[in-house]
Amino acid sequence: MSKPDSLEIARQFIATLPHSRALGMHLDALSDGVAVISMPWDARFVGDPATGVIHGGAVSALMDTAAGAAVICHPAGAAVTATLDLRIDYMRAATPGQRITARAECHHVTRSVAFVRATAFDADEGRPVAQAVGAFTVDRPVKAGGAA
Amino acid sequence: MKGQPEPVQVVKTRRDGALNRLVAGVPYIQWMGIRFDRRGDELTAILPFRDELIGNPFLPALHGGAIAAFLEVAAIIELSWSSLWEEMEAGKLDPAGVDSAHLPPLPRTIDFTVDYLRSGLPRDAYARARVNRSGRRYASVHVEAWQDNRARLFAQATGHFLMPER
Repeated sequence: MSKPDSLEIARQFIATLPHSRALGMHLDALSDGVAVISMPWDARFVGDPATGVIHGGAVSALMDTAAGAAVICHPAGAAVTATLDLRIDYMRAATPGQRITARAECHHVTRSVAFVRATAFDADEGRPVAQAVGAFTVDRPVKAGGAA
Repeated sequence: MKGQPEPVQVVKTRRDGALNRLVAGVPYIQWMGIRFDRRGDELTAILPFRDELIGNPFLPALHGGAIAAFLEVAAIIELSWSSLWEEMEAGKLDPAGVDSAHLPPLPRTIDFTVDYLRSGLPRDAYARARVNRSGRRYASVHVEAWQDNRARLFAQATGHFLMPER
């Protein structure tokens, strides 16, 4: 597990991402290469008014944020990362009114690329709502004397 | 035998009305601020820039999740619009009956793959979707998104959708 202060730093980092903050995301846990981030059900994020189910796009934003956080907290990960590719499979509709939680794991990092898989749940943790796999850039700090 | 063609304004009002009600009925589209521009049956999705769409505030760049959401919205609306259009033009559906309480059932996303080509700049973004295959149960849709320059895409996506029972 990471030190408590790094969790606090990461939490502040999430809070500085305007889009994640706007969606009400909360960093629940962070350890080496694993990030758990959740967001509340909110009537504003409904994609199908007939059912009250949250829009897939909001679930994508949650998965993408969790995946990026997993890359940043990986021991060999990046200070800065950007999504190269993200594929999401929607297995079932998230239950209206329930919080959605994404758990992302950065399972492999090369010099330039980080590979992530993620799963999203509502209160029924046995039946995932969605799964994602993605590739992320690994931007390492430029050495002193290099371009800013 | 056909009578006089309908006055252009009547046709426009009917089509724009149906599109506006389709889009206005989805809370998340309103929250994202996504609008649709229509030329005949062709739609362009517009995502006006605002600070809440930023992911990395230091660059600054649009949030990858916001980009994915924008493309998914563009794909779903294109798909619903193309079936709505057919029914409306065939006279099988009364567009005035399309409102938030009577939206046509929306397609459901099976999977969605986003290809991020360059970082999203802090300005308006546009997207156009193309239905590559639309069967009775499944549809495959491709979406392209750009900002300043139509030829320089900043993201593209492909998704599969389950069509509503009809």
